Amino acid sequence: MNALITRGVTKRYANHTALDQISITIPERTIYGLLGPNGAGKTTLIRIINQIINRDEGEIEIFGEPLQEKHIEIIGYLPEERGLYKKMKVGEQLLYLAQLKGLSRKEALDRIKIWLDKFEIRDWWHKKVEDLSKGMAQKVQFISTVMHEPKLIILDEPFSGFDPVNAQLITEKILELKENGSTIIFSTHRMETVESLCDHIALINKSKKILEGPKKQVKAQYKSNTFVVEHRGNHFTLPMDRYELVRQVPLEEGLFSTTLKAQTGIQGNQVIRDLIDIAEVHSFQEVVPSMADIFISLVKGEGDESLKKHLQEA
Amino acid sequence: MNKIWLIIQREFLNRVQKKSFLIATILVPLIFPVIIGGLGYIAYKEAESAKPENVQVIDESKLFKFENTKRFNFILLDMSLEQAKKAYNETDDFALLYIPAFDINKPEGVAIYTKENPSIEKVGDLESLIETQIHDLKLKEYNIDESILKSLRPQVSLKQFNLTESGEEKSSSSGLLYGLGFGLGILIYMFVLIYGIQIMQGVIDEKTSKIVEVIVSSVKPFQLMLGKIIGIAAVGLLQFTIWIILISVLSSGALAFLGLKMPQKQAMEQVSKSFASDPEVKDAMNTQNNKAAEFLANLGEVPFGKIAVVFVFYFLGGYLLYGALFAAVGSAVDSQQEAQQFQFPVTLPLLIGYLGLFMFILRDPHGPVSFWLSIIPFTSPVAMVGRIAFGVPDWQLALSIVLLIGGFLLTTWIAGRIYRVGILMTGTKVSYKVLAKWFMLKG
Repeated sequence: MNALITRGVTKRYANHTALDQISITIPERTIYGLLGPNGAGKTTLIRIINQIINRDEGEIEIFGEPLQEKHIEIIGYLPEERGLYKKMKVGEQLLYLAQLKGLSRKEALDRIKIWLDKFEIRDWWHKKVEDLSKGMAQKVQFISTVMHEPKLIILDEPFSGFDPVNAQLITEKILELKENGSTIIFSTHRMETVESLCDHIALINKSKKILEGPKKQVKAQYKSNTFVVEHRGNHFTLPMDRYELVRQVPLEEGLFSTTLKAQTGIQGNQVIRDLIDIAEVHSFQEVVPSMADIFISLVKGEGDESLKKHLQEA
Repeated sequence: MNKIWLIIQREFLNRVQKKSFLIATILVPLIFPVIIGGLGYIAYKEAESAKPENVQVIDESKLFKFENTKRFNFILLDMSLEQAKKAYNETDDFALLYIPAFDINKPEGVAIYTKENPSIEKVGDLESLIETQIHDLKLKEYNIDESILKSLRPQVSLKQFNLTESGEEKSSSSGLLYGLGFGLGILIYMFVLIYGIQIMQGVIDEKTSKIVEVIVSSVKPFQLMLGKIIGIAAVGLLQFTIWIILISVLSSGALAFLGLKMPQKQAMEQVSKSFASDPEVKDAMNTQNNKAAEFLANLGEVPFGKIAVVFVFYFLGGYLLYGALFAAVGSAVDSQQEAQQFQFPVTLPLLIGYLGLFMFILRDPHGPVSFWLSIIPFTSPVAMVGRIAFGVPDWQLALSIVLLIGGFLLTTWIAGRIYRVGILMTGTKVSYKVLAKWFMLKG
């Protein structure tokens, strides 16, 4: 089943369209990266899913049902702009937020204890939020997002404000939640996060979706059958009917790095086979576009052709 | 509904558990007995130290009879002015009064010599003493005797009655009604202002701490706004109730403590001791007693039950009407300073009601301005409560109540529409045009 499907979701303001016919499909039990530059409309889409604001057009389905007010309780939302009641104690605050998400007082108390133990911060219960450091407050906020065991978790830039140790801790918890059956939406510009964690991605730019799919498939789509070979000696002739020499750079001690583009349909193994006969191969690598490359090129609006060119030159 | 209840609880408990709440709740009532006690103490000290002052008098006209008063002891001298001046300089006496021989129709040349600049009050007292005597002397010249003189200065105190439509007489006391209208009107004004600003502050805090986005992902913005308004109302009602109880207990305590030593009472006791035999004074004292009895009777005539019900309604109605507007102001801005430009137009009608209370309602409770002030929802909470004790026709009361209910539904609706957009907008420069745009925005 899909966790969330949007069909033609549109939001217009007086002077501009914030979202233009956004249709995305988020499969269950995946980590879904919602990418896009600032102002693209990611936050608007997230707010619509959270029912903070209403859409003008389009349909949204959550776990097979049309999105309704009751679904608030199965969603956990961590906004980009973090905030807690500064004067409230950690425990009271979590209790309040959990109850607003529909947990009974008793359930809420149990869950909060479990989560405070998980982060080994049990003794924070009576601390006021204003006495916590930024990183500590982030942990509390993360707990408030997930303690009601939401089936859909929406995290807007979840790692901002965390040091590497805590970022690692949060990453582990996120993977654990996914194991336990939650679906997670990441909104982020951090491409390393996307590379390492996301299964699916969608790219939104200027209010429109311009790309969506499983990460591997997206990357494959932007592969250009380009390879980089390090070899000794530059006296080889390529079978020109099948390869195109992009460039050749001399390295130290008679080594060369050659970038070549194979014709469509030629697999990596075939390339190696062709090369072994004509050169002393030291290393061989297929050029796979990074998510950052894809993101930057698409957002710059140069289209697929320029992306391929950009990747070849990289 | 359950979620609104959670919000109300949080808003209430979080404020009530604060130290500042405890301090304000206890300190504010303490101020009143301290003020009353302080004033009483000062008055008492002053009365004690206010001994009559000596005034030396040279009366060359031989026309005046000076009797010692509470303020002045008169010492008649029989010497020339020059001699007297020298003698006066060697004493600690307050003044030297010189009355030359003069024609009663042309009283000129009266002079006073003092060491320090005397207060206007004292000089005025002496002047009126002399004037009264000249006045009496002149009347005597026209052969009007003393008994006629006395009857020329009757003491009248109007007894007030209201004629009801059935022609029934009801005694009334405008002083009592004035005090009641004044007190209740100010109470509402203060309540709306103090707790309205707390609502605004609360909204700004939620907005600047960014918690609001988390909250509105769980509840509707309108629920959050309403929960906050109701929660703070509960705080206010609790605080006001405690204040009123503490103030009345402490004030009556302070009065009871000072009561026996109050200067007026002291004076009255002295007077009654020395003049108890004088039938005239007895009469006066009887009138005094009658007045007290009348006051108590009037107190019984005032429809306190009705006033209480009306007061509670306008108390809450006014708070709800303005509370929503304060919430909207809070949602539109990023800081307290920024809030000021919108705070003024919101509090202006409240201020008009408050000023109208003094300028029109208490002076002329049934005039056209008073009528309109007590009908228009923005001013009616303060105005109607000020007016109600004077008797308001039922249809006017009904109209005002209906309009106030309509008024707060309208402001809550308008405020809700601004609020839901405003709380998520940070860093926007907000003008009235922007507010209007937010208001018009679809869901």
